[in-house]
Amino acid sequence: MNVPPIHPVRMSVFAEPACLPIVRSAVEKLCELANMPADGTGDVAVAVDEAVGNIIRHAYADTPGGTINISLAIRQVCGQPRLVIRLRDFGRGGDPKRFRSRDLSRVRPGGLGMHIMHQCMDSVRYQKARGAGTVLVMTRCLNGVTR
Amino acid sequence: MMQQWARPIAGVRWIDRNAVVDVVGEVDMANSMDFQQGLLAVLDERPGRMIVNLSRVRHMDSTGLASLVKLLKKARKYGTDLILVGLTDRVRSLFEITRLYPVFTIFATEQEAMT
Repeated sequence: MNVPPIHPVRMSVFAEPACLPIVRSAVEKLCELANMPADGTGDVAVAVDEAVGNIIRHAYADTPGGTINISLAIRQVCGQPRLVIRLRDFGRGGDPKRFRSRDLSRVRPGGLGMHIMHQCMDSVRYQKARGAGTVLVMTRCLNGVTR
Repeated sequence: MMQQWARPIAGVRWIDRNAVVDVVGEVDMANSMDFQQGLLAVLDERPGRMIVNLSRVRHMDSTGLASLVKLLKKARKYGTDLILVGLTDRVRSLFEITRLYPVFTIFATEQEAMT
């Protein structure tokens, strides 16, 4: 797969729902520049949407004014080009081991975000940040199929 | 007077006793509450059949799905047939990975949903 050289992108957004279309647009544009297929771009956009939504709801408890630092980069990992997305918040950090998908056998609204992120990305890794907050790193192979 | 709908609901068409809800753009955390309230308001009109046309939805996240699940539960309580039509590839994929695809009645087109 031919991946043109792409500079990493860094941005800082307020942890508010209004930022979602802007973040999505940046992610989709980067995927387009990296020649990612449309289905892959859709997966990545929805995964980032869920990740930012979780930060707004859980890390900042829907309180406006919080910040999310986001970086997007294409890196070669084991000879494969990968999109690496890093989201850093400064809110209430939970225990990353407890960030799990719920049982999907019961049909009810809500609680699908973690499941979607894991399904749409090759890896989803949370870690406590130095000081306050949490770092989330998600990767997706640019030319692979995750599921 | 024409009813004004908050985005992402572009409008509601009544065909006999059936309601067709046209949804456009992106459904996310920023507008999913409007989406949900708009859908539930249409359902409260007690249509014989409620068809939600998603063919012009570019993007939807889990909050949009949650709104549709709430709508489905209430529709079942009312005995109203809820049908989703015109899922784009991205939206279809979301229903598939969350295993909600078989939970809903889904058709490719409005015409199929009407027959």
